Parts: sequence; C-alpha cells; structure tokens
Amino acid sequence: MISKKYFVKGFTSVKGLDSPALALGCSFIAIGAMLKNLGFNIQESIFSTFLTYALPGSLVMADSLLVGASLLNIFLAVWLVNARLYPMTISLFPLMMEKNQPKWKYFLSCHFIAVSAWLIMKKNYSLIERKHRIDYWIGLGCATWSIAIASTVIGFLAADYLNRDVTIGLAIVNPVYFTCMMADAMKTIQISLAVIFGVVFGILFYFISPEWSVLFGGFTAGTIAFLIGEANVS
Amino acid sequence: MSASIFLAILVTSLATYLSRFLGVLSSKNIKETSKIFRWFNCLAYSTLAALIIRIIIFPIGILSEVNYISRLSVIFISLLLFYYSKKNLVYPTALSAIFLAIINNIF
Repeated sequence: MISKKYFVKGFTSVKGLDSPALALGCSFIAIGAMLKNLGFNIQESIFSTFLTYALPGSLVMADSLLVGASLLNIFLAVWLVNARLYPMTISLFPLMMEKNQPKWKYFLSCHFIAVSAWLIMKKNYSLIERKHRIDYWIGLGCATWSIAIASTVIGFLAADYLNRDVTIGLAIVNPVYFTCMMADAMKTIQISLAVIFGVVFGILFYFISPEWSVLFGGFTAGTIAFLIGEANVS
Repeated sequence: MSASIFLAILVTSLATYLSRFLGVLSSKNIKETSKIFRWFNCLAYSTLAALIIRIIIFPIGILSEVNYISRLSVIFISLLLFYYSKKNLVYPTALSAIFLAIINNIF
C-alpha cells in the first residue's frame, strides 16, 4: 500500500516557491490549444497527456502528424526525443529502491518521470527517509500529472480565445522554468560541467544531426563531465 | 476518436514509456554510490541541458515564430531575476511571458 502521509507530502510539495505548477500549467495549456488546432477532440487531447506526459514527445507527435508521418516514423522520432528519460530514470530510481516496497510501484510511477517532477525529486529526496521516498514520488508525480491533464483541458477549451501572442507567451514559460531549475542544480563540479557541456555540445551536434543532437550532445557532454569530475575527486 | 490520431497517441506513449521502463529495469542493479550511477547522473543533466537549449535556440512549434535573440534575452533576464529574487522561481516564470511580449515588440 501507499503511505498516505508521504503521498500527501509529495502531492503538496508542488505548492512551494519552486513549484512547477505555473510553468507546467502554461505549457500544457499551449499543448491543449495546439492539439485542438490540429484536429484532436477533447477526449483525444486528454488521452494524449494522460498516456504520454512528456512535452517534447507531444510536440514531436503533433509535428509528425502535420507532415503525415507513418506510425513507425512517429515512434522513432518520439523515442529519440524522449530517450533522455532513460538516464533520468537511472539517475533517480536507485535513490528510491527499497526491498520492502512492491515492484509495481516502480513500474507504474516511472510514468511520472518528466523534467519538472524529476528536478524536484532530485532536490528533495535527501529530506525523505529512503523507505518512504517512492510514496513521496508517487504523490509528487500524481500532482504534476494532474496539473498537466487539467491544463490540457483548459488549453483545449480556451483555444479559440488564445491569440498568437498569448500562445507564444505561454510557450516560453516552461523553458524559463527548466533553465532556472537547472541553474539551481549546478552545485557540484560534475553537475555544473554536465550542464555547461550539455548546452555547448547540444548546439554543436544540432548542426551535424538535429534529430540526434540531444542524445549525442548529452552523451558526449555527460561523459566528459563525469571523467573530469572523477579525475578531480581522485 | 479517429483511428490515426488514436494510434499516433498510442505509439507516442509506448515510445515514451519504453525509456522509462528500461530505466527502472536497469536501476535495480545500480547502487547510488557507484561510478555508473554518477555517470548516468551526469548524462541525465547534460541530456536535459541539450534538450533545453534545443527548445530555446532551435524550437519546434509556435516558439519558432519568435526571433532567437528575443528568446535568449528572455532566458537571460529571467535567470538574473531568479538570482536577484534569491532563487524564487515564481517571479521569473510568471514574468517571462510579459518579458517576451515586451522584447518581441522591440526586436
């Protein structure tokens, strides 16, 4: 069973000053409006955020649908842009693994791995006792997931009233939030270098292969940062 | 629900869940004190940084309609505000849309 106390603690953690609610809400309002303009109905829009819950993946799906891409192309394009979720999961879940906790909690709650919840959990995990971390994470994930779904509905319903300038304004909020959270996370040499190199190599690799730039740039940057950090420690 | 949209959503969610699922499977054998954990930690942050800079400099969707100087200026001003407000995230995120509207009118 899920501990109610830690679930609620996680759920309410999105109320703080580092809350992702505003940024997440704005982004998914923009997504909801975009899906409506693409021809999705409200059920499809809700279904999309409910099942995918990853902003770049939804954008790529929308882009692929616009150009009439095949299902295989959509799968590969989304997998490429969302492959970052693999290292994100590995860098978070070992911190929450506990023998006494049932496995289904981990396999279900990995659906909540997305930048906002991940950054908050990475910041807060040390404040929570290890055996309760997964319940806190489920609470936090449910909160960010609910915000995303509710905002998609709001965006869908408000699509006709959102002009171009408002939609553009909504779309910049999330990158700003992510940038500030990443800047805040730069507390060790390794992480700081990983972020700085990630920016540099992300741009450089874009000119070689836009599709692979996030993966190749991230892999190169992270590996160099790791090696420098390890050499520095030893 | 039309079949093509329904299948596109299904394929998108499968492609997304795959990375998360494989991540959980791999996590079982990784200790948080190990070197491989630290390596994946670096990979996670660097991949995120690469993704964020891609969204800012080479965006897809409606952000691509805005001049990149405007986008970068908003990020820079928001970061300054973030540090000036003692790392309060509400101000920069709430005001970023207004900054963009103002800067967009200047450039």
